[in-house]
Amino acid sequence: MEWIFEQGRPIYTQIVEQIRINIANGTYEPGQQLPSVRDLAMEAAVNPNTMQRAFSELERDGLIYTVRTSGRFVTEEEGKLDILQKKLGQEFIEDLFEKLQKLGMSKKEIMDAIEESAKEMK
Amino acid sequence: MSIFECRSLTKYYGKTKALDNIDLKLEAGQIVGLLGPNGSGKTTMIKLANGLLQPAGGQILIEGEEPGPGTKAKVAYLPDRGFLPEYMTVEALFKLYGDFFKDFNIKKADQMLDGLGIKKTDTLKKMSKGTKEKIQLILVMSRDAKIYFLDEPIAGVDPAARDYILRTIISNYCENSLVLISTHLIADVESVLDDVVFIKEGRVVLHKAADIIREEEGKNIDGLFREVFKC
Repeated sequence: MEWIFEQGRPIYTQIVEQIRINIANGTYEPGQQLPSVRDLAMEAAVNPNTMQRAFSELERDGLIYTVRTSGRFVTEEEGKLDILQKKLGQEFIEDLFEKLQKLGMSKKEIMDAIEESAKEMK
Repeated sequence: MSIFECRSLTKYYGKTKALDNIDLKLEAGQIVGLLGPNGSGKTTMIKLANGLLQPAGGQILIEGEEPGPGTKAKVAYLPDRGFLPEYMTVEALFKLYGDFFKDFNIKKADQMLDGLGIKKTDTLKKMSKGTKEKIQLILVMSRDAKIYFLDEPIAGVDPAARDYILRTIISNYCENSLVLISTHLIADVESVLDDVVFIKEGRVVLHKAADIIREEEGKNIDGLFREVFKC
């Protein structure tokens, strides 16, 4: 997996975001074991403490859990995954609205434009 | 007790003040960047820590102890220039390090060498700059030391060699030891750092966690560095 970090934002939050997306889209499947902190840190070329911190945050949100001596796994709770997907979708939509409103579009214009794009995509 | 500490550390070269009353404490389990432009005092501080220079005032302490044979046994040091005899082979260098340092782990050295395509019978003379840097780093990082001082470990090497060096530093991370990397190539190393220390004209002007800087300043360490050290 390729890790790309934006400038000017904490790296650990960006790792959390990328892993969340991977869990939501099934790259990391429910119940799947995650690579070790050190291996992922090497892959992303980041500090192991930063990776550890990202894992702690994901664990706090209940998206991953630790089994002593055997490692970290992706949650198998359907509810958690549904909430995650909804939340991530919400974030993208908010982002989209914000950007389009900056272009001077009204909510109605945005909705119309989305509908039109959706039609064309088919 | 901090694993590394400077107390009112001061150093002159003639009348020039190289280090000006530095107070600094660093803890184990961290990879710290000592960042500053050329001539800011980075190498001077590292040389003092290794007992190669003597301070004019103040103290520099490794686990509470002043530099000497006791600290040299637990401090691994990568100088900012070639420091090994060119005629020696990799094999001979491994042996030399094993003889000099009780904590030299030859298994670790062999592992790191593995996959680099370097023959143990090759001499340093035959190697490119990047390859030499790798060999020097392998020697230093193969010690099970308490502190690793890496002075400009990535200066003048190509991006692939730089990646190898950074990944080697990450893979050797240990919660009981400190890695201090001095460099002015900040964009290349910043993702590997816990804390950053900015040093300017012999003074510490900033000591903070890298991610806190990104959060508070809304810019990366390289961006902040360019601002602080604007010419």
